[in-house]
Amino acid sequence: MATQGIEQPHVQQPPGRKPSGSGRKPTDASPLTPFVFLAPYLLLFLIFIVIPAVFGIWISLHTWDPLLPAKPWVGLQNYTDLFASNSTTAGPFWNSMEATGKFTLYSVPLLVVIPLVIALILNQQIRGIQFFRAMYFAPYVLGVAVIGILWRFLLDPNIGLVNYYLGVLGLEKVPWITALPWAWVSLVGVTVWWTLGFNAVIYLAGLQDIDPELYNAAKVDGANRWQRFVNVTIPGLRPVFVFVVTVTILASANMFGQSYIITQGAPGEETTTAIIYIAETGLRQFNMGAAAAMSYMLALALLIVSVVNFAVFRNRGD
Amino acid sequence: MAQTTPSAQTKPTRRDPRQVARLILPYAVLILLTVVFVAPLLWMFSTSLKPNFQTTQFPPNWIPQDFSGEGYSTILTTTTQTPVLRWFINSLVAATAHAALVLVTASMAAYALARMNFRGKNVLFALIISTLFIPQFVFLMPNYLIVDSFGWLDTLLAIIVPSAAGAFGVFFLRQFYLSLPQELEEAALIDGANRYQIFLRIILPISKAPLATLAVLSFLTNWNDFLWPVYVLLSPASQTLPPGLAILQGAYNTNYTVIMAGGVLASVPVLILYLFAQRYIIQGVSRSGLKG
Repeated sequence: MATQGIEQPHVQQPPGRKPSGSGRKPTDASPLTPFVFLAPYLLLFLIFIVIPAVFGIWISLHTWDPLLPAKPWVGLQNYTDLFASNSTTAGPFWNSMEATGKFTLYSVPLLVVIPLVIALILNQQIRGIQFFRAMYFAPYVLGVAVIGILWRFLLDPNIGLVNYYLGVLGLEKVPWITALPWAWVSLVGVTVWWTLGFNAVIYLAGLQDIDPELYNAAKVDGANRWQRFVNVTIPGLRPVFVFVVTVTILASANMFGQSYIITQGAPGEETTTAIIYIAETGLRQFNMGAAAAMSYMLALALLIVSVVNFAVFRNRGD
Repeated sequence: MAQTTPSAQTKPTRRDPRQVARLILPYAVLILLTVVFVAPLLWMFSTSLKPNFQTTQFPPNWIPQDFSGEGYSTILTTTTQTPVLRWFINSLVAATAHAALVLVTASMAAYALARMNFRGKNVLFALIISTLFIPQFVFLMPNYLIVDSFGWLDTLLAIIVPSAAGAFGVFFLRQFYLSLPQELEEAALIDGANRYQIFLRIILPISKAPLATLAVLSFLTNWNDFLWPVYVLLSPASQTLPPGLAILQGAYNTNYTVIMAGGVLASVPVLILYLFAQRYIIQGVSRSGLKG
């Protein structure tokens, strides 16, 4: 899907106009024109992205409570505190990192595999398939707050529908929200239900981009369904896999609302994710220097995971 | 676009049971999955229409035994701690203003980046795009303080403006503008039109589809945003619906009619939008995916 620099070999140049060097773009009367167009966006970009990107590091080097006049410089102490056994933040912070790590570990494989299966189901040429695609994607357009209060109700141990239907099947009541490992099963399950449609749509577009000739050729060679899946579909989806895995890891690392609403971090602080802990530390207790430092630690962890992810996919490609 | 169907099958000529099964089985799977995705939403809707004492009765009634508007009347008339109607209006105003701001700023910037030549263009674009890879949570603390310094805490401006700085809109529209043929502008420039006229009279009118996609996606994202509003909106009256729903759940605890009515109120606008703009939403998602 090359969109950049579409060549127009048949366009006749108007007399007296020479193509201007790169890409034959019309030249402008005023060199300022592009910046007039860019100005409104760049203003937002500067104030809410460029400045905070630097300001955030600055905050992390101070003890920063917006309610206090003094914001003493502490150097790297907010970072070293996260590794000090006697600090009050290190323990809960790493617990919350562990919670986010667990959630990522449990949810990413499911959100890579299940949407692929759904996409394969949706890739059949049968009547009404658009309707089903729309239904599977529907939960994704709802926000986490709606999803959260709805599943908090459905998963309620006593009056929730889920336990009721388990009872109908003759099964024991499950403490979905209050005990491990059930709290994780709930959070991961709800997240898969909620966001599966997004990944499935990405896969579906990828499936439809695979050249049908490849399937025909494989058929001619006598490949059965499974062999065609392994040798045509999977390699054809490689770039899509990279994207899906990356985006899903990022979304998992950002997990906030599901825990905030459904389990409220319980049992104990087991499902208090890193984002919850960072936001509460910085924006409720106003220990913003420490919270900023934590957010960079989480970003660093995410970076390491992404590098590993890309390295794995690159090696598989050879 | 030709779809690939590994299981392309010929039409059954007679009603062999195996062929009937092959016809029915895909639908059985599809319908079962539909139930999985839709039933919870129907339960929310059904619960919101029951009198509260019937919300926890078993066996469950998917269709309310008695219809009751108590959930809706409660949330629409409370005005002090949980003014849900006010939250609804706040959400509507914020998401609409946010989408408008994104459309104006992103379409202008993307046009310059896609169709004009100027020094430093590639560096600037690379800088903008590279910020897509910075996880949002590192902006939490600094943007809170920046918003605070503008006096925007506890106002809708905090919800409308900062998130419009995201690079997605610029990236998305630039892709579209790059695909337009060059002579579009050349002809107009020869006719003496300037860039502003070209942008307003030629580029924007042919960009309706991508602009609609971006508008819908921006509206949805803003309408559903949860984390940021939880921390920057403080008083009951200034909440948007997502943080409001969390407050509602705390305030009404076991009054599921009221809580689910709040959930329905927060869902209906986006579901209606989804109904009419489904194609834009799904295409926008899949296109951003493939090019991301």
